[in-house]
Amino acid sequence: MTETIAQPEYRFTQMPIRTDGPPLTDPSVQSAPILVHTESLNLYYGQKQALFDINIGFPKNTVTALIGPSGCGKSTLLRCLNRMNDLIDDVRIEGKVLLGDQNLYAPGVDVIGLRKRMGMVFQKSNPFPKSIYENVAYGLRIQGIKDRSVIQDAVERSLQGAGLWDEVKDRLNESGLGLSGGQQQRLCIARALAIQPEVVLMDEPCSALDPIATAKIEELIFELKKKFTIITVTHNMQQAARVSDFTAFFWLGKLIELDLTEKIFTNPTEQLTEDYITGRFG
Amino acid sequence: MNRSHLDSELRLIKDGLLAMAGMAEEMIKLTMKAYSEKTDQPVELVLDMDNILDEMEIRLDQACIDLLALQSPMASDLRFATSAIKILPDIERVGDHCANIARRAPLLNHLQQVLPLGLLEELGSEASSMMRRSVEAFVAYDSNLARQVIKDDDKVDELYHHCYRELLRQMVSDPLCIERASHLIIVIKNWERIADMATNIAEEVLYIIEGVSAKHQHLRSETTIEREG
Repeated sequence: MTETIAQPEYRFTQMPIRTDGPPLTDPSVQSAPILVHTESLNLYYGQKQALFDINIGFPKNTVTALIGPSGCGKSTLLRCLNRMNDLIDDVRIEGKVLLGDQNLYAPGVDVIGLRKRMGMVFQKSNPFPKSIYENVAYGLRIQGIKDRSVIQDAVERSLQGAGLWDEVKDRLNESGLGLSGGQQQRLCIARALAIQPEVVLMDEPCSALDPIATAKIEELIFELKKKFTIITVTHNMQQAARVSDFTAFFWLGKLIELDLTEKIFTNPTEQLTEDYITGRFG
Repeated sequence: MNRSHLDSELRLIKDGLLAMAGMAEEMIKLTMKAYSEKTDQPVELVLDMDNILDEMEIRLDQACIDLLALQSPMASDLRFATSAIKILPDIERVGDHCANIARRAPLLNHLQQVLPLGLLEELGSEASSMMRRSVEAFVAYDSNLARQVIKDDDKVDELYHHCYRELLRQMVSDPLCIERASHLIIVIKNWERIADMATNIAEEVLYIIEGVSAKHQHLRSETTIEREG
């Protein structure tokens, strides 16, 4: 993959280094190169515009949380990033989404190839009705990989990456549907990791989980960012505060504020952000 | 999201802080009166009020911890709750300092003066004024007033050093006044500390309003120079 990265104007309010106080986050995070970014992204569902002129950058090996009230466009943006909105009728998109310097909406882009680079984890765990092993191996098999040892290595590596290996290594042939909710979600994460994506998109990955399973996924997100760039949608403000390096607040389809998570949750710049995270609306 | 419970908890903490601050101000007045009118009468009251302040601090400290644990406040609510936790012991310390000053009044009021009364009163009233204005800044969220209080701390420090040198000079020239002067050194130190507490409160008020720490400005300016360099 090319490392040439365009530098459009981002909506960081105080980047790359804060000057109004000590940097709260590891400075390497603040100066990380942008891996994914959008340029003047507009999205319409029929006549209704759902995203307005979004310019946002996601730094490599960081976690960015997208927050905002229901219907604000955060999941829509997430789905734009791996072109899942293509599957919805009557959607029109203007502007660009770039992975590195490749415009994902340019004519002739291999969408399946793109989705290999952008793994996705959904709100509700959705393991296939197959064994644990086959769930993880699935992505590799549809890529045409047949070498048993390659698949075996990938399955073990992915399950370890998802923090599930120790719990399932003795029952890899049992059905994935027999796992607990939290384990199923980690199985889905392992499935996403098996194809070695660059970006992992998560759409409310913990909303159906209990606090223990949630804590495991959050711990996992912290580990995963060493290898992947993570973009997560969450309604849980404490979760956004705990796991993310950057937080982006959306409202009525607009990006209102993007900044270091510490800044957003202690002293946001925009009054709308303040009002939302303190529960004054939404 | 329903904020009514959060709002009522925040209000309870703010009201409690104001009640404590009001009591601390009253203690300062009574302490000053004990010296200016050479009367022991307010001393017992100051010591009683100090105990009440201690109890209020414990109760409000727990209320702040409960708020943080149960309501997970964010942004300005978070800044208020964390600053309240820091302001509480500052107000409580003002009570302790008043008690320290007041309990020396019966002794010093019956001995010959070694420090001009005007100087002691000036120190007390400067510290008292800083405390009063820091609380006003907190009530009105007035950052200008808070900055003025922080600035005035230098004035009190200067006055304290002036008193201290004067007492040293007296002790050197008349060893018989050493006991009285030693008590007075403690008294002036406690007034100076009250001004420090008022400064701390003003710094927290600035943090609540602006979200940027106003503490240790000398370190901050050095860091900024390093970064900019």
